[in-house]
Amino acid sequence: MNEALTLTAVQAAARIRAGALDPAELWEGYRARAAADELNAYTWVAPAGEPPDADRAAPLAGIPLAVKDLFCTEGVPSQAGSRILEDYRPPYTATAVERLRHAGAPLLGKTNQDEFAMGSSTENSAFGPTLNPWDRGRVPGGSSGGSAAAVAAGSAPWAIGTDTGGSIRQPAALCGIVGLKPTYGAVSRYGMIAFASSLDQAGPFTRDVRDAALLLGAMAGKDPCDSTSVGLPEPVRLPERTDLQGVRIGVPDELSGEGIEPGVLAAFEATLDIARRLGAAVERCRLPHAPHALSAYYLIAPAECSSNLARYDGVRYGARAADGVHDLLSMYTETREQHFGAEVKRRIMLGTYALSSGYYDAYYGRAQQVRTMILRDFAAAFADFDFIATPASPNVAFELGSKLDDPLAMYLNDFCAVPMSLAGIPALSLPNGLSDGLPTGFQLAGPALSENALLEAAHALEQAIGFDAAPWRRAA
Amino acid sequence: MITYEPVIGLEIHVQLATRTKMFCGCALTFGEPPNTRTCPVCLGLPGTLPVTNAEAVHYGLMMGLALGCEIAPRSIFHRKNYFYPDQAKNYQISQYDIPLCTGGRLGEVRLHRIHLEEDAAKLVHVGESGRIHGSSASIVDYNRGGTPLCEIVTEPDVHSAEQAREWLSLLRVTLRQLGVSDVNMEEGSLRCDANVSVRPVGTRELGTKTELKNMNSFRYLERGVDAEIARQVALLEAGEAVTQETLHFDPASGRLSTLRSKEEAHDYRYFPEPDLVAIAPTEAMLERARAALPELPADRAARYASDWALAPADARLLAHEPRWGDYFEAVAAAAEGGDGQPVANWVTELRTRLGAEADPAASPVAPVALAQLVGLVDGGAVNAGGARRVLDMLVVEGGDPAALLEREGLGAMDAGDELGAVVAAAIAANAGAAEKVRAGNAKAMGPIVGFVMRETRGRADGGEVGRLVREQLGV
Repeated sequence: MNEALTLTAVQAAARIRAGALDPAELWEGYRARAAADELNAYTWVAPAGEPPDADRAAPLAGIPLAVKDLFCTEGVPSQAGSRILEDYRPPYTATAVERLRHAGAPLLGKTNQDEFAMGSSTENSAFGPTLNPWDRGRVPGGSSGGSAAAVAAGSAPWAIGTDTGGSIRQPAALCGIVGLKPTYGAVSRYGMIAFASSLDQAGPFTRDVRDAALLLGAMAGKDPCDSTSVGLPEPVRLPERTDLQGVRIGVPDELSGEGIEPGVLAAFEATLDIARRLGAAVERCRLPHAPHALSAYYLIAPAECSSNLARYDGVRYGARAADGVHDLLSMYTETREQHFGAEVKRRIMLGTYALSSGYYDAYYGRAQQVRTMILRDFAAAFADFDFIATPASPNVAFELGSKLDDPLAMYLNDFCAVPMSLAGIPALSLPNGLSDGLPTGFQLAGPALSENALLEAAHALEQAIGFDAAPWRRAA
Repeated sequence: MITYEPVIGLEIHVQLATRTKMFCGCALTFGEPPNTRTCPVCLGLPGTLPVTNAEAVHYGLMMGLALGCEIAPRSIFHRKNYFYPDQAKNYQISQYDIPLCTGGRLGEVRLHRIHLEEDAAKLVHVGESGRIHGSSASIVDYNRGGTPLCEIVTEPDVHSAEQAREWLSLLRVTLRQLGVSDVNMEEGSLRCDANVSVRPVGTRELGTKTELKNMNSFRYLERGVDAEIARQVALLEAGEAVTQETLHFDPASGRLSTLRSKEEAHDYRYFPEPDLVAIAPTEAMLERARAALPELPADRAARYASDWALAPADARLLAHEPRWGDYFEAVAAAAEGGDGQPVANWVTELRTRLGAEADPAASPVAPVALAQLVGLVDGGAVNAGGARRVLDMLVVEGGDPAALLEREGLGAMDAGDELGAVVAAAIAANAGAAEKVRAGNAKAMGPIVGFVMRETRGRADGGEVGRLVREQLGV
């Protein structure tokens, strides 16, 4: 066992800078693990050979990075988990990945995901499901399941994923690691293969909260190529805080009772007790429109995706149907019929319907109104509380195949995560103890652009929780 | 018999002459090899995002301010979704319910709105017909894809094909003067569709309209609209109804064919473009646009009419051709407070000689020389015919009109005995004509006047000759 591979990224970077650790050794160790991965967490792993040049003085000090498949990486397959983009190699690299490379994190591998980030189990990948390192009979969550599984298993020191309606926080919870969805606009979306543009946001998967801060700090920033990006108002600090004196935490009734598995709820309540012990004022609160969030989300996200995915038509890149094509229309329909998966087709149809003339107001328009109400709910709650706490996922990792035939049951996985996505606010999932031997996640959400405060509070909780069961600690 | 009144609204697409495309950094194309002016963004590659071209917004604001539109404090882009290879993303980014500009007016036609959008790529259908039907393949050139477009929609204030053509011409010179577009119909930087309906004269209710596409010249616009008005009137007179449809005008045959009916109209599933932020013009942006506005042709024509009392046609002609307008103003200034109309007449004379496309400022005829010539005519030193001959010489060699007049002996004859004697000789030589004039037929004077003009090599003043003829014939 290579002891260096048990370090957090912050620890490893400190050793590298002190000259006590060779980044090439770290690279070789992780590359070998990624290449030997048995969880189907990767869709591409960097080839063996000369390790990339590492700048020991760079902020990320040469620590390798696993990247969700949907980030465009120049010359490297970027398939978004879809057959329609099989072996698609973009001519450019996503801003977030480029920023991280520039900060000293070379690309270790691309990670598996639900097709076009649509799913909560990574079973919707065209390249097979990813397995949960805690129990290979179970899903790692999704859609960024490959990134979560890779970090949890220890085949990558850290990873990035994207969160549209929980796709970072839910797999982080189901894999027992830290996952952060930043404020919408904190990280550039340029080069992220889009699912739902008004919701998609990139963020880190890490072993602990300090690593999340380090990675976020390097990837965030306003990007001239993404006019919706705003960056963060101040540099991201490595959190130090170990108490929660004076911190007010609101626990919304709507997201912390009905529909949550008892074991998950028990772990959540235990962490609330820890928060109180650390000095926080923990009180119940209301987010009255939160129960409608999932319905609104499943109109807005499919509507946007129906348009975003229109470009996959076989004309310019990606797959083109060979059979049954006799004119332009059949080229479109056969290409899309043969190469999109069932869930993607379902959402394209839902979204197309929701935007149709005569239905727009009743569906898309109404959903946007609900989104506004949810935004107001959070604004009202943040007048009284510094943070909102909920379970990150209503359940622990479920068995492979158990929800594939029931899309609504699958959608309910993101019940606690979606309101924050609609509001565009930062939210983090923190390992929160076990339920029946499987990890649970504690979600902490703050007002827009409050990442530093959020990370400080999460750090204090993390230190007090002392969660040390994650597989990466024991990986061979 | 019912008389019908056409009601026409125009939709004009103008390619903006910005340096780069609407949503990416690619340079605009001017006939480069296919697909050489492209990047991941305008090719719609996965993961790419649009960024609004600030210069296109600036041009849009200039147009809005110049045409008296209301500028939206916060306009947004929408996606217009349709599957076709001329849009790399299979949607066009356009403006929908909150355009950059609303209202406004140009000439007698009110504007409905002005909005920004991106142009489509060019499809080339391989095969003999050049059209999609019967072609073996279609190839796409994405160079044009993403070129900034501005759509201008008028209210239905146009009532004839001729008026449509004239108004479009005014719009073209206005946009050219603003410098926002090349406005070339043949090259496609100015395109015009027309919504045409007819109604019985005197009624208010609008008839069923049709949309005419592909009228890619001023002549075709006029012919297409005329043909459609005639078609609709014929239908109504035959007791049939006009059906709402989109028509294609074929300039070769002059015929209109159905592109698609109302039932086949697309559902574009418009929704707000989530990849772009709203356009919220700041005071600084508006001030910059205001400062960039030149005097517009309509304003200039109004100024010529009021300040120089020019006839409307002359005011329009000079205002619509800024180089001739500038030249007119230089001549008028040199003419020192004289009447404007004679100056305009002589500038128009010069334009006939040099051609409308010529730059008079670069010709040998200095404004001050033309001003002198106008003065000489005005003072009676030369008659119109003589002055025209002087102008012919000025065009060739330049110089001083008074000196040319002297050199060529073209000065007007005084109304003295000398002219009287020539008139007397002319009457003698045309006794028959003289008899008719005496009998009251003034028109019969022609041969007598012609004789005088020949004898005097055109130097005689026509009016004076007529007066002398009548005097000597006692009528």
